[in-house]
Amino acid sequence: MEHKSINLKLKIWRQSNSQTSGSFKTYTVNDVSTEMSFLEMIDVLNEKLISEGSEPIAFDHDCREGICGACSMYINGRPHGPMNETTTCQLHMRAFNDGETIVIEPWRANAFTVLKDLVVDRSSFDRIIQAGGFISVNTGNAVDANSLPIEKSKADASFAAAACIGCGACVAACKNSSAMLFVSAKVTHLALLPQGSPERKIRALNMVAQMDKEGFGSCTNTGACEAICPKGISIENIARLNKEYLMAGLTSEK
Amino acid sequence: MVDAKIPTGKLSEKWTDYKGHCKLVNPANKRKLEIIVVGTGLAGASAAASLGELGYQVKAFCFQDSPRRAHSIAAQGGINAAKNYQNDGDSIYRLFYDTIKGGDYRAREANVHRLAEVSANIIDQCVAQGVPFAREYGGLLSNRSFGGTQVQRTFYAAGQTGQQLLIGAYQALERQISLGNVKMFTRHEMHDLVIIDEKAKGIIARDLITGKLEKHSGHAVLLCTGGYGNVFYLSTNAMGSNVTAAWKAHKKGAYFGNPCFTQIHPTCIPVSGDHQSKLTLMSESLRNDGRIWVPKQKADERKSVDIPENERDYYLERRYPAFGNLVPRDVASRAAKERCDAGFGVGTSKQAVYLDFAAAIKRYGKIEAGKLALENSTDETIIKLGKEVVKEKYGNLFDMYEKITGENPYELPMRIYPAVHYTMGGLWVDYELMTNVKGLYCLGEANFSDHGANRLGASALMQGLADGYFVIPYTVGNYLADEIGTTNISVNHPAFEEAEKKVAERIQKLMEIKGTQSVESFHKRLGKIMWDKCGMARNATGLKEAIIEIQQLKKEFWQQVRILGSINEMNPELDKAGRVADFIELGELMCIDALNRAESCGGHFREESQTDDGEALRHDDKFMYVANWEYKGNHHWEMQKEDLNYEVVKPSQRSYK
Repeated sequence: MEHKSINLKLKIWRQSNSQTSGSFKTYTVNDVSTEMSFLEMIDVLNEKLISEGSEPIAFDHDCREGICGACSMYINGRPHGPMNETTTCQLHMRAFNDGETIVIEPWRANAFTVLKDLVVDRSSFDRIIQAGGFISVNTGNAVDANSLPIEKSKADASFAAAACIGCGACVAACKNSSAMLFVSAKVTHLALLPQGSPERKIRALNMVAQMDKEGFGSCTNTGACEAICPKGISIENIARLNKEYLMAGLTSEK
Repeated sequence: MVDAKIPTGKLSEKWTDYKGHCKLVNPANKRKLEIIVVGTGLAGASAAASLGELGYQVKAFCFQDSPRRAHSIAAQGGINAAKNYQNDGDSIYRLFYDTIKGGDYRAREANVHRLAEVSANIIDQCVAQGVPFAREYGGLLSNRSFGGTQVQRTFYAAGQTGQQLLIGAYQALERQISLGNVKMFTRHEMHDLVIIDEKAKGIIARDLITGKLEKHSGHAVLLCTGGYGNVFYLSTNAMGSNVTAAWKAHKKGAYFGNPCFTQIHPTCIPVSGDHQSKLTLMSESLRNDGRIWVPKQKADERKSVDIPENERDYYLERRYPAFGNLVPRDVASRAAKERCDAGFGVGTSKQAVYLDFAAAIKRYGKIEAGKLALENSTDETIIKLGKEVVKEKYGNLFDMYEKITGENPYELPMRIYPAVHYTMGGLWVDYELMTNVKGLYCLGEANFSDHGANRLGASALMQGLADGYFVIPYTVGNYLADEIGTTNISVNHPAFEEAEKKVAERIQKLMEIKGTQSVESFHKRLGKIMWDKCGMARNATGLKEAIIEIQQLKKEFWQQVRILGSINEMNPELDKAGRVADFIELGELMCIDALNRAESCGGHFREESQTDDGEALRHDDKFMYVANWEYKGNHHWEMQKEDLNYEVVKPSQRSYK
């Protein structure tokens, strides 16, 4: 692959902690190789900041291969940047042009407090899972794995929903900061499997209740979440969640 | 001599006997006992959830913002289990044997046999939790092959097996959190182990948001903190993966076993430049269908697709006809290095070989055309159909390759090169997974136990979950049954105060250096020393040089490192500084261990010890032991051996030819 060097101007959100207000600061980085990943470009900037004696930019990142879901930033107003089905850590600088200005911000949502610079608190997602995103089976209770055949198409659809990495981009993309895509992916993953069936009603009701409690907004079906999801989680899951929720509400004995 | 407390009796009955006779803790007492679990990857999350289910009071810690992000999530290919669903001759014994042989006869028989025994339960448990493994059209589970084996025993969920297994364990953990059995501390890092009356009784943790130190007590401490491959700077590990918790325990007396045993994975995306911050693995499962080759002609500048078939050297198939492209990782990595060192490497750096799917695409395409009864179909149709099959099997891996390199692997062969991936070494543990410090356990990749000198593919997930779901719930009870008299452990005990003070002083000291060099620059320098002199091939001269260079680097680090910001705030640079300081000390020990082991085995290749045709040459008479290192103060360690006795398997020169 041919690579070249580009020069960039970056406008990055800086904020000391959750108690203070933040603002954009402008930086320049020169000689960025187009082979670099986006986060490696920020590494280069951070090394420059350290050598100049100013505090480096804090951002969440870990696996840098698109699966842990830690990285979380708007790049030019779009969660995870310009490429479809690509997390920030997998975005490479060949997607940008020489002389470009890039605006970088943390996720913006009431339920995601900014902790520092580009780092936000996404513990609300864990609490939604605690409300019902599991199958209640203790270790040691399981029967033979092949005792219950599962239709391949259902297993595949369940897997497609389970591919969610919990990054929060769906919330960040939504004008209402709704977490419906995240919640629906989990409800779908478990509802499509026979093992998840005994708890499917209570799961849908409890997870939605917790989502509301955390301060996420309502879904108005704009589809922005699906468009930016780095794992291509389908908005069909939201339709399924609505169905599960409605059925549970009508037929639940509680 | 170190005692591993292996139960007596026949190998295949040891674990059953142990479970039948170990001490139990009754439910009322379990409620009074607290267990600290550090790390929430596969081993930690499965342990914390299972112990919570049993009724213990569990406190779990992870440095990430959620337990779901532990690096187990990045495991791609699969998980082994001796289910024999394929009727291809698999059994507990064969999985045990393959693992022992794959580890080049440097693992403990009893532990490995237990691992093979519980492997089948893991698959059952995961399916019950809703892990969506790949299935056949009949609705039953699908399997594939991995390196070092001749059966199909690997269960998988596309190229995201680790993700799906971790989410299963994470959901079980979150359920226990909601039930109040587990208290979760995210964005927390363990900074020291607290020992009272020679037993592990707690930890000092740092809240990574506020920077405040916290004292946590428990009746047992479980370290499930993963491997230390990031000592090489460039590895397939996550950026945050570190050795700190294990290293602190080591400095408090826990032995470090076989630290030099590092796995260099053969199929990773090559380094593209100095900016590189990490390396990305391409799953070993790709070797099921991909063929590895280099040009027969040195420094061949032609494009891969322009090199005709008869001018390609499929060197693995040539050297190892029995296993071909599916030789174990250590063998495949060294073979790639050998070709590149000899001048046959490809790509701009010449530090790469091809992994080619053209043949597989054609083969699958023909099968599909046959299924559709498309007689006389054109090459174009066959290739189109074949690509669809390959996409179904490896789609996400191909996408990942394209994102990183900008090249389309459906059209051009991938370029791959070995990279640091896994560390077989770790804290020494006995049969019960307890370190030599009473009450301190170590699970998963963080311990040294099951993989010997080389781990087979799809065995890390198996071990992490075996330890957490099926081993620790029994063995920790055997210890805690004698601890029920110990009621609340006060965090005001002098041992806690002392440990907290020392941690605070070290952090203060780091901040006060105010030098000129970034933490990152030291980490890169350490990585270069380790890769050049303690990497895929090692020799005595290089290792001796490395030890001196690392000692020098340590001195410089403590005089020159620059950390901005302050202590009582979120400060990722400070977090990283503490980890790199520990990696530097570990690097020295790894070189000492590699120097001591004057033989080649598994991933540890000493250039002085090879056969005439360049294969690793073991010296069982001198080195059939676990080298455990006891910390004796700055730059000093003493070795405590555990001899390995093979009662069932007869060690032989490993051959995959």
